[in-house]
Amino acid sequence: MLTIAFALVFFYAPNDADQGFIFKIFYVHVPMAIVALFGFVAGAVFAALHLRSQDSKWDMRSYVTIHISVILAVGVLVTGSIWARASWGHWWIWDEPMLVSFLIVFLLYATYWPLRFSIEDKEKQSRYASVFAIVAGAFVPLNFAAVRMAESFTHPQTATTTTSAPPSVTLTFLVALAGMTLLFITLCKYEMASKHATFRLRALRRRLAGDEDELALNGRSAAPQL
Amino acid sequence: MRSTVAALLSKELTLEWRTRESVPAMVLFSIATYVVFHFGLDRDRVTGDLASGVLWVTLLFAAILGVNRLFVAEYEQGGFDGFLLAPVDRTALLVAKALTLFLFLCIVEVVAVPAFALLLLGPPLTQALPELVLVLLLANAGIAVLGTLVAGLAIQTRARDLIVPLIALPLLVPVLLAAARCATPLLQDGGAGALPADWLAILAIYDLLFALIAYAVFDFLLED
Amino acid sequence: MRGSSVFAVPDPVPALALRGAGRRYGERAALRDLTLELEAGRTLVVFGPNGAGKTTLLRMLATLLRPHAGEVSVLGHQLPDEGYAVRGRVGFLGHEALLYRELSGRENLRFHARLHRVGVQRVDEVLDAVGMTARCGDPVAELSRGMVQRLAIARAVLHEPDLLLLDEPLANLDPAAAAQVAPLIGAGSGRTRVVTSHDPAGGLRGADLALGLKGGRVALLAPAAEVDPGQIAELYR
Repeated sequence: MLTIAFALVFFYAPNDADQGFIFKIFYVHVPMAIVALFGFVAGAVFAALHLRSQDSKWDMRSYVTIHISVILAVGVLVTGSIWARASWGHWWIWDEPMLVSFLIVFLLYATYWPLRFSIEDKEKQSRYASVFAIVAGAFVPLNFAAVRMAESFTHPQTATTTTSAPPSVTLTFLVALAGMTLLFITLCKYEMASKHATFRLRALRRRLAGDEDELALNGRSAAPQL
Repeated sequence: MRSTVAALLSKELTLEWRTRESVPAMVLFSIATYVVFHFGLDRDRVTGDLASGVLWVTLLFAAILGVNRLFVAEYEQGGFDGFLLAPVDRTALLVAKALTLFLFLCIVEVVAVPAFALLLLGPPLTQALPELVLVLLLANAGIAVLGTLVAGLAIQTRARDLIVPLIALPLLVPVLLAAARCATPLLQDGGAGALPADWLAILAIYDLLFALIAYAVFDFLLED
Repeated sequence: MRGSSVFAVPDPVPALALRGAGRRYGERAALRDLTLELEAGRTLVVFGPNGAGKTTLLRMLATLLRPHAGEVSVLGHQLPDEGYAVRGRVGFLGHEALLYRELSGRENLRFHARLHRVGVQRVDEVLDAVGMTARCGDPVAELSRGMVQRLAIARAVLHEPDLLLLDEPLANLDPAAAAQVAPLIGAGSGRTRVVTSHDPAGGLRGADLALGLKGGRVALLAPAAEVDPGQIAELYR
């Protein structure tokens, strides 16, 4: 079901795009940005749930959501940069609030992994990572607001792409957005499953090694650890 | 709560007075940065947005030095345990540390801003001093809150010195943005312009929001 | 296995009650399945080689580490939820003195007194009791380890705690200093105590209940009077 929707976007959406070839990237760039944004916020919500429940399942979800969102953020930067090159002739445009915000957000979230890896105690690691995710998740929309304001002050006529769009564009955009959301969820699910599998494998290996003490422990904390 | 904050704060200031670890380093760093800017930009005097940018970038980097040191004494000399053993509200530590950082920044600016006027600034500093002080105080509050949060996040990591600027700089971009926009008309040649009220409001709202977030999450950095 | 104290009279609220208590670091268990009870006013001595879980146990009882398994009740309060009520009634003396090196002994104690809402005259009282009145103005960094330990003891008893958690309290102390601090932290102090020790005979003296830990597990739990120092030496083998 997810795969069908996923395929639909990639085959249907480009067919509909008749505003010139490069405009097609709009269907990738903007939904990607929106989904990544919500992904960061979702990561913060999961992190808050982790801190409340002390259940490492939420930490895992927060981790995976942020992981995929950062990948999407890189996608946003790349597609945005290509778009900027095509429409303005420069690889980087400081006037485009979306791009600038995503650069800042990407720089912030890039520290998520160094932070995690440099805290040795597992429990502390996931708690600190959750605090980071909440702070960063709150920062994302605020940063967007601030940067957008800064740009609209200096350049009041910032290109707003979605105003008075023909229905075909709106439709494709919505389908693309839904597709991107599904893609995001699929990727998260996949990543989560693979993390689970890795963890199970490690537990099984340990069982084979015959360390019964550690086995008993794992039984209690079967939830994923990172 | 108030007496705990007072106890922590007076301990903090006594420690800084004894060791002179943070504030002198921050002041010297600021002045060295002006020199670097002088040669890097090849300008003898700066005005308007350039002056504002130079001033804020310098202060921001100097603040990072203070943030890096903020919890080191607690971490290395058992201050966290000593505090956690006492029957006190744990938020007091956040408040006291943020106040400490705020005071440090103010002291640094008392030296670093006149030094900026002396070394690089074109128009006289006095043309909009009260407004500039207001902007400085608001920005200090934002840096203090976020700095305390970041310092608390990074203190348990092995690579603290790397993690602090990597997290703090993006988080402080809106503060820098708003503060620099606020200060630009104040540092103009030929008379100060009006203070942009909307940017001032943004700075204040940002401070307030992160103060609330820090209040909500800080306890989790202390638990074990 | 249920631990018991030597004396048959049961206190309605034991100072310590642990049931299946455990704590891990990551995937490694530092302490597991510890069950014991200690009545108020009694002393528990904890033996075990390095890494056996002694410090983990003390830190857990001091509310510095949350238990991961089992039930832990200290002074009638369940941890970690009621930690707030326990803090301030516990005197913790760990490996680290918990004193700022650049502050003087008196400044450090005054700071802790303010945190614990204890009067300033109490600071001078405990400084006198540990024999540090003469050197209390010097920065902690300039003091010898024995003197720092005496200040740490003063810090631990500053707020007249009901429960003392002492991690090798007499380390770095000469016999005279050990005798001097005995009224504060010794068996005669009248406080409930949990003391770790590496000295079988010395540790058992003045103790009511003896606990031997090895690799985080309970290897020995018996009334101190029934324990032979040889059994404890066995733990270290």
